[in-house]
Amino acid sequence: MKARVFVTLKPSVFDPQGHTIAEALHSLGYGSVGDVRQGKYFELDLNVTSPGEAQTLAAELADRVLANPVIESYRIELAATPGGER
Amino acid sequence: MTFAVVVFPGSNCDHDSYYAVEHVLGQRATFVWHKETSLAGADVVILPGGFSHGDYLRTGAIARFSPIMKTVADFAAAGGPVLGICNGFQILLECGLLPGAMLRNRDVQFHCETVGVRVEQTNTPFTASAKAGSVLRLPIAHGEGNYYAPPETLAELERTDRVVFRYANAFGETTDAANPNGALDNIAGICSEARNVVGLMPHPERACESVLGSADGLVIFESVVASMAARGTVGALSR
Repeated sequence: MKARVFVTLKPSVFDPQGHTIAEALHSLGYGSVGDVRQGKYFELDLNVTSPGEAQTLAAELADRVLANPVIESYRIELAATPGGER
Repeated sequence: MTFAVVVFPGSNCDHDSYYAVEHVLGQRATFVWHKETSLAGADVVILPGGFSHGDYLRTGAIARFSPIMKTVADFAAAGGPVLGICNGFQILLECGLLPGAMLRNRDVQFHCETVGVRVEQTNTPFTASAKAGSVLRLPIAHGEGNYYAPPETLAELERTDRVVFRYANAFGETTDAANPNGALDNIAGICSEARNVVGLMPHPERACESVLGSADGLVIFESVVASMAARGTVGALSR
């Protein structure tokens, strides 16, 4: 089973990279672009059978390693491995 | 007195730390590979600067899981003095020995320059011999030194006098212009609740001889030698 983990800085934390990217987009003339937030994306192949197990495991990995809870939050999406049950 | 300099893959100030301790300070320094589980009787631990594990994931995020870090945590819990310099500070934040986190510098640039660092607290083993309010000239070299802590953590740090260093101009003023990276309240270094774990972004080990442009960093190392001698705990803390 595959889990996708999206890690982003919390809304309360300033994102220097996102801010710089937004400025670059504005300088290219994309005036309709508002704020930009940059994040990280992880694809995890998990050898578990149920979505519940996958969710629990992915959350544990995000809490312990993938995200720093002081500054970051995360979101998990589960996807069936091609050919797998789900 | 023996200083253990922990070496991670990607550490690059380990030799600077070793040199400062062994050849300038005149104390013993020993390298400890991150896969070790023993500090071999060291009295002080230095987590040096560099780019441990290539800064992958986040600065210090992988190094915190090195086997030696459990031993360093035990050493700190027993009251042993631990100094995290630059990447070493980032590792201390990631492993929770110090609170807060590092963000990318506010201008997204790597800063390599000499800055003013005001000594805020002298009741830590690494600042005991420094003069409160004095401004040290120390080099910085980092891309992620923009210290952040949530408001309640920041308030707690201030309330308990745990902000040890702040970026300041030559007059000792903590202005925004003197802040190289956007760190909250110009914070350059903090200490643990028990005050024996200190982390800072500037590099005192690179400023221990006037020929290098500044000898202001030496007081950090002299402080811990004096503190440990005063406590009478030399040779008693690590295994």
